[in-house]
Amino acid sequence: MPASDMHKQKGETNPSALAGILDVPPFSLEHKEKAALYLRALSDLTKRHYAGCPRYKRLLDALGFEPGRAKSPEDIPFIPVRLFKEYDLLSVDRSQVVKTMTSSGTTGQSVSKIFLDRDTAANQTKVLAKVVSSFIGKKRLPMLIIDSKAVIKDRNLFSARGAGILGFSMFGYDVAYALDDRMRIDIPLILAFLEKHKGEQILLFGFTAIIWEHFCAALKTAGTRLPLENGLLVHGGGWKKMAEQAVDNEAFKKALRDVCGVARVCNYYGMVEQTGSIFMECEAGHLHASIFSDVLIRDHRDFSSLPAGRQGLIQLLSLLPSSYPGHSILSEDLGRILGEDDCPCGRKGKYFMVYGRIKNAEARGCSDTYANSAR
Amino acid sequence: MPTAPDNRITYLVGKSGGELSAAPLVPYDELACEFLGSLSAALLADKAAKLYPDVISFAYWCRKANIARLRREFAEPNVRLGLGMVFHIAPSNVPINFAFSYAFSLLAGNANTVRVPTRDFPQTGIVCAAINQLLANEKYKNIADMTVFIKYQQDDGITGEFSGKCAARIIWGGDQAISNIRKLPIPERSREIAFADRYSFCVIDAGGVLLADKAALSRLAGSFYKDTYLMDQNACSSPHLVVWLGKGAAVKEAKEKFWNGVYEATAAKYELQPVNAVDKYTLLCENAIELDTITGFTKHGNYLYRAELGSLPGNMEALRGKYGFFYEYNAKELDSIAHIVNTKYQTLTYFGVEKARLRDFVVKNRLSGIDRIVPVGSALDIGVIWDGYDIVRSLSRIIELK
Repeated sequence: MPASDMHKQKGETNPSALAGILDVPPFSLEHKEKAALYLRALSDLTKRHYAGCPRYKRLLDALGFEPGRAKSPEDIPFIPVRLFKEYDLLSVDRSQVVKTMTSSGTTGQSVSKIFLDRDTAANQTKVLAKVVSSFIGKKRLPMLIIDSKAVIKDRNLFSARGAGILGFSMFGYDVAYALDDRMRIDIPLILAFLEKHKGEQILLFGFTAIIWEHFCAALKTAGTRLPLENGLLVHGGGWKKMAEQAVDNEAFKKALRDVCGVARVCNYYGMVEQTGSIFMECEAGHLHASIFSDVLIRDHRDFSSLPAGRQGLIQLLSLLPSSYPGHSILSEDLGRILGEDDCPCGRKGKYFMVYGRIKNAEARGCSDTYANSAR
Repeated sequence: MPTAPDNRITYLVGKSGGELSAAPLVPYDELACEFLGSLSAALLADKAAKLYPDVISFAYWCRKANIARLRREFAEPNVRLGLGMVFHIAPSNVPINFAFSYAFSLLAGNANTVRVPTRDFPQTGIVCAAINQLLANEKYKNIADMTVFIKYQQDDGITGEFSGKCAARIIWGGDQAISNIRKLPIPERSREIAFADRYSFCVIDAGGVLLADKAALSRLAGSFYKDTYLMDQNACSSPHLVVWLGKGAAVKEAKEKFWNGVYEATAAKYELQPVNAVDKYTLLCENAIELDTITGFTKHGNYLYRAELGSLPGNMEALRGKYGFFYEYNAKELDSIAHIVNTKYQTLTYFGVEKARLRDFVVKNRLSGIDRIVPVGSALDIGVIWDGYDIVRSLSRIIELK
């Protein structure tokens, strides 16, 4: 098997999973080709992590899975995302780790820790560029980040949020921050920025909940309407807080149109465990898997893979993680595949929608009276 | 008696301010028994109650005939009276236990101040409404004077005030809750019963399973389902570990027969939530990563997970499954597992094993734990004997008369 031979060569710069596909257009593979690629590439990654990460090996052994045994991508085991919060999972020597990313958990919550070696970190950047440019074009745009610069200045805050801002900054130039250090909207700064780039297309970027609270709501309160008809807004980070306020994608877009008239709003879905290979919302309003990632929907009753149209748990596949076993993870989100290779936007691959986080059931049983009520 | 502390307390039953008459009754007092029988009838006739199997099982337990049977079986040679005011701190997660706690103490002859769970369980409202309706009846005036149900957010000041005036305190809760509440003193002569966090397991004889015909097996599987899935294995008396007795080949065959039966019962009845499936799978992964004693996992869909143990760890009680996740172990002899039992162990459920053998296991091995030995299917059947206590006797005093 030539693919696995490639692992053995020392000093290899690119893991085999991505070999040969970094130059392939990101939404070009049809089902059959992609399935063949994924079977080979994910099997290789599984072998690599099995050999390099003792905890991953114990898990696969317990599940009775032999790496290399998979007959289809569906057979590759997945690990629950929560494990990245509980254990340090890495498949390379710690000396190879150049960056450790953490999820943006609120204080007191445990956070995911993701260990990146040079290759994985570099591939995240390359793949993010390929995927995103399919939606916003290759040309750099003047960029307004709807967040505070403090997020990337403060190392303590350097988490998925900081990494997201830095990652997306490469698509823009003359980058400005719309919020001050205390997360207050800086309307004069924004107006000056728009005046400077009058007539140009503007790229806006931010996190969904932050845009909602510190941009939409703040502009509404201020009674200001910004002239952003030339804007293109990309946002992600999850809908958990929005769902609590019963705000869906449509309501979010409408609120944005009301306060700034932004023409195109593009959501993305992704996890810190699979940074880079994100899923972007197309012109038809669908989230898309690129050739670097895929989704499977699992029936919670037996984890069988569900066909398009059925709701279930979202399993995320990515070809990027080579320094940690995050190539196949089970999310805590519910979703549904809408179709494959036939989205009106013309992109190949699966397109899907996300319903949001699985609900926490009420615990039954006689656990702690005190601890529960004290919280 | 407690004077109105403040508006942090909601009085669900009884006078605002929580005043009550603490004068005790004899155990199984006629009016108290009649009252519980009426409460049973009221709940069984209540449409809202029908939605809650736990309310129905409480109602069924306190039905007239059962209380009459308990009264007969009490057969107390001594003169007894209740203690006075008993302060109950109900568990926050088991909705119905406040009602059982109250009923046991009333049968012992006590006045009661019951703190119900803080969370809004519909069961609380249903039971309190039925009690209020009955207590409005002049006939039950004496019981009404002895009954207060309260609800408040955890507050040491309030708990301390009631504790300082009670003749007995009953605490249901985890170890941390109990040690925190114990810092709040009760009067010198007062008693305390703490229903702490416990661990339970099941012993099945492979031969017994192999002898069972289809109907018996399906009954057994249904009984096991009731002990475990009904409360997502969160009840203290739900087993987490199944110990198989018998020789290798027989055990192997019995396991298959038994677990397939359980899986069928589960797939037909259990509503597995996506979040539970993820939690369960996560636990399996954690176990796989952390535990050397596990020799293999068997999954029956996501309804039933089994972890086979090659040896029993010393802290077996730390291994707890949820939503249908069981540890199992093959033992040639029951005595060979005696070393794992400690004071945490509460209920041993059994199938195909003689009672005498189980009694000997506990007594001859001089075990510090195991307070209940009941057939598979009865794990959750709470009663006046619970957790090693005879609650009616523990909550009443003897008047020695010579």
